[in-house]
Amino acid sequence: MLTVRANGSVKNALDGAESVEVTASTIRELLNRLADRYPAFARELDAGIAVAINGEIYRDDRDVPIPADAEVFLLPRIPGG
Amino acid sequence: MKHDNSYTGQDFKVIGTRVRRPDGIDKVTGRARYGADASLPGQLVGRILRSPHAHARIKAIDISKAEALPGVKAVVTADDLPLPEGLPGDVAQMLENSMARGRALYDGHAVAAVAAIDAKTARKALQLIEVDYEPLPHVTDVDAAMQPDAPVIHDWLYTSGVDPKPEKPSNIAQRTEFGLGDIEAGFAKADVVIERSYKTEATHQGYIEPHACLANIRPDGSGELWVTTQGPFVYRNVCAQMLGMDIAKLKVTSSEIGGGFGGKTHVWAEPVALALSRKANRPVKLVMTRDEVFRASGPTSSTSMDIKLGATRDGTLVAARAEMRYGDGAFPGIWGMLSCMTCFACYEIANCKAIGYDVVQNRPKVAAYRAPSAPMAAFGVESAMDELAAAIGMDPVEFRLKNASREGGQSHYGPVWGPIGIRATLEAVRDHPHMKAPLGPNQGRGMACGFWFNIGGQTCSDLNVGVDGTVTLTVGTVDVGGSRASLGLIAAEELGIPYEQVQVNIADTGSLGHNDMTEGSRGTFSSGMAAIFAARNTIEVLRERAAKMWDIPVEDVTWEAGQAVAKGSAHGNLKPLSLKDIAAKSPKTGGPIAGHNEVVADGAGVSFASHICDIEVDPETGATKVIRYTVVQDAGKAIHPDYVEGQFQGGAAQGIGWALNEEYIYGDDGRLQNAGFLDYRMPVCSDLPFIDTMILEIPNPGHPYGVRGVGETSIVPPLAAIGNALSNAVGVRMHHVPMSPPRILKALREDGQADRGPAKVA
Amino acid sequence: MSGVLVTTTINGDAVQFACPEEETLLDALRDRVGLLGVKEGCGTGDCGACSITLDGRLVCSCLVLGAEAEGREITTVEGLSEGGQLHPLQESFISHAALQCGICTPGFLVAAKSLLDRNPDPSETEIRYALAGNLCRCTGYDKIVRAVQNAAKQIRERSAQSA
Repeated sequence: MLTVRANGSVKNALDGAESVEVTASTIRELLNRLADRYPAFARELDAGIAVAINGEIYRDDRDVPIPADAEVFLLPRIPGG
Repeated sequence: MKHDNSYTGQDFKVIGTRVRRPDGIDKVTGRARYGADASLPGQLVGRILRSPHAHARIKAIDISKAEALPGVKAVVTADDLPLPEGLPGDVAQMLENSMARGRALYDGHAVAAVAAIDAKTARKALQLIEVDYEPLPHVTDVDAAMQPDAPVIHDWLYTSGVDPKPEKPSNIAQRTEFGLGDIEAGFAKADVVIERSYKTEATHQGYIEPHACLANIRPDGSGELWVTTQGPFVYRNVCAQMLGMDIAKLKVTSSEIGGGFGGKTHVWAEPVALALSRKANRPVKLVMTRDEVFRASGPTSSTSMDIKLGATRDGTLVAARAEMRYGDGAFPGIWGMLSCMTCFACYEIANCKAIGYDVVQNRPKVAAYRAPSAPMAAFGVESAMDELAAAIGMDPVEFRLKNASREGGQSHYGPVWGPIGIRATLEAVRDHPHMKAPLGPNQGRGMACGFWFNIGGQTCSDLNVGVDGTVTLTVGTVDVGGSRASLGLIAAEELGIPYEQVQVNIADTGSLGHNDMTEGSRGTFSSGMAAIFAARNTIEVLRERAAKMWDIPVEDVTWEAGQAVAKGSAHGNLKPLSLKDIAAKSPKTGGPIAGHNEVVADGAGVSFASHICDIEVDPETGATKVIRYTVVQDAGKAIHPDYVEGQFQGGAAQGIGWALNEEYIYGDDGRLQNAGFLDYRMPVCSDLPFIDTMILEIPNPGHPYGVRGVGETSIVPPLAAIGNALSNAVGVRMHHVPMSPPRILKALREDGQADRGPAKVA
Repeated sequence: MSGVLVTTTINGDAVQFACPEEETLLDALRDRVGLLGVKEGCGTGDCGACSITLDGRLVCSCLVLGAEAEGREITTVEGLSEGGQLHPLQESFISHAALQCGICTPGFLVAAKSLLDRNPDPSETEIRYALAGNLCRCTGYDKIVRAVQNAAKQIRERSAQSA
């Protein structure tokens, strides 16, 4: 079971929860489970979400495995100049 | 400070050398072809008619007289760019920004366009288009746009991120919040609190090459677009969606790009050029004037913010709060949100809260500009940091060092930090001879820090070996500042061949798979990663071919220093085969030799910089001169140090211009007053000193060589570094950027104390 | 189309072109003569990307009419290299990484050559003021000034050797 935290608009999409518990072994599983549980999160996914695993930010790669004890943080997707 | 250097400390042969860029000769002889430099048979000249009003209902457009003018081949309005079904909301807004639909939302908003046989006819045709406007109330100031009585620009816009959901539309698109801990408890612990308000004006990326394209749509629905862009694949996808075309049938070729800095990540006139070409059934070349670039491409947010910082007497930051209001221009963006994600990144603050508002205004739609949204937030936070350090009697560098973010700590925006360079840059600043150099009268020294994320993204590259053993690396990221040289170095390094044996090409959209744009400092990071993997992939093929040539098992072939070597005593007498030897035999050993890679280049390492600035102020005129400037930044690994330094220097110069002079000035009529380089004052050569650089290399574990993006962070610290230097020079603290001579003079005349609240000492 | 026939010398060659009276020399050079190395950044004489020399004098070609070129001598960036050799300024801009995007480079090269023709040993300040009419947004000018200093030194050394 992963403890997933979020900030900003992503946190709002998780009904404002400080953290949520999810069983997932990859980013894809994680996002799918959350989208099933929170309709607002599914919409947020379209806007773009990045996943930080132990501090490393993944914007696109959904196949990244998530270690069981990982620190997982959800962020809005970041653009650049 | 010790860092793991297992990546950057590799035994590189060519990485880190200062080779000549492959596009250099074309660019010094005038042969390089930019956006305006292409032509097609029968091409027309496209021109756009723009709204003179900040906000107006378009009651009617009569194009009949323009259409009747001899030489005019097409006139288009929004009617010729209907919204395709299912167009995503953000793309629909981009399209409406390209051509007004019923309402002009800002001074410069396109309302119609013509294609004619020459520029003179096109200009004349624009004058013949009759637009019946009904002017509407407008708002350009970000704070004014948030007021309850402000004219509401979009009746469909309801603030997101607030609870309960608003019942009425407003100009506030979203509220976002990031943070840690409990700020009230944090401030209660503080011995000293600094609370200040700041404003920054909108700036433009200021690329010297205006937007330019050559559109060619054929009657069968296929077409091509030659365009100056940071991302041909993204332009292709967006334009095809807007025009209702099949993506594969629109080939987009990026020209050489004359600067972008984020402003060429977004389409502006390109959909209009395509619509003109489609209607005229002729190629159409459309080049924006400088006036149009200022009025109708994407400047930065104008901002207004309140920053509050609290520390204990021992110099520990215990609480921080930022409320930042960012203007998005005519359509909602995420710029206020980004300010929240960057503002406190340099520091470890147990209790902090960043609140961002994204606000629409009657201004051009805001686009990314180098580390978008970070420089303004850093101006506020880093100015307040200096005041706080002074209030507790601590050296500003030591104060920052004491509170600097560290590996394993939690960032204010959430995740834990990996290996990061903020402390290393601060230590380098502290120990730099610049910090000890003497200063003259009316001179002052300031420093400030900055942060940017960097991104990776979808990337694809091909590596082809010619029969003579030379190598073509094809990438899909536009080269904005020398990345072809860096990518050539990477391919040479991996293959073990000389740099001169590699040619790097930038692909058009018909020649390679999708690549995200050159943005977010990703060009060398992500295409470099794809080049490494494509080269390693090629080496596998080379080993197989060598094994065939020798008729030995491939497991017995290794690749060393650019040649295949047969290992093991059984093959002891085989002479190594060079890339050239293997390539020459390739037609008979299986055909062309190539390697490919498609990757989502995630794992971009974040980047930190600390800058030092000396400034001299003329107290009689308020004029300033930057007399010395030093950039210290973490590059992860500098592939080509010249172009890393170039990024550091260029970003600093843009930040200096932002700090001292550049601003969008709007009149009460909501019209832009200074849409030209004479009145929008960018730094010129005589304004600046040499900009010293120091490259630190704290490896990014997310890249095989430890590379971090280097393009953006250097624009973040200058605003505050200059504000802090100015304060130290003449004792006035500026809260409004740009710190132009009239504003400085006013502050000096007000004795420098008028708008400065006292530090609250608990 | 009413217009004028202009006879001029461009980069040492006799050239004729026809253009409307109101057409700028910038547009005429680009669209009639095909010298696309002359760049338009603003069209108002503020950025220097269209710098050329007209009878040896540095001008923004966007502020000159095509018709005014009649009987005059024009040098553009395309005329800087001689034979197969790059001009020392061109060589130096490449070796010093004095360009990033390169759009301003033709104008800088023409302006810098104009300076070195008049003043073979300029100080840093003289270089900075001589190039103040040319905007570069990528480099912060640092490597441009160094490239000009280096080229000036090379040209002086060469002329000392040949003297």
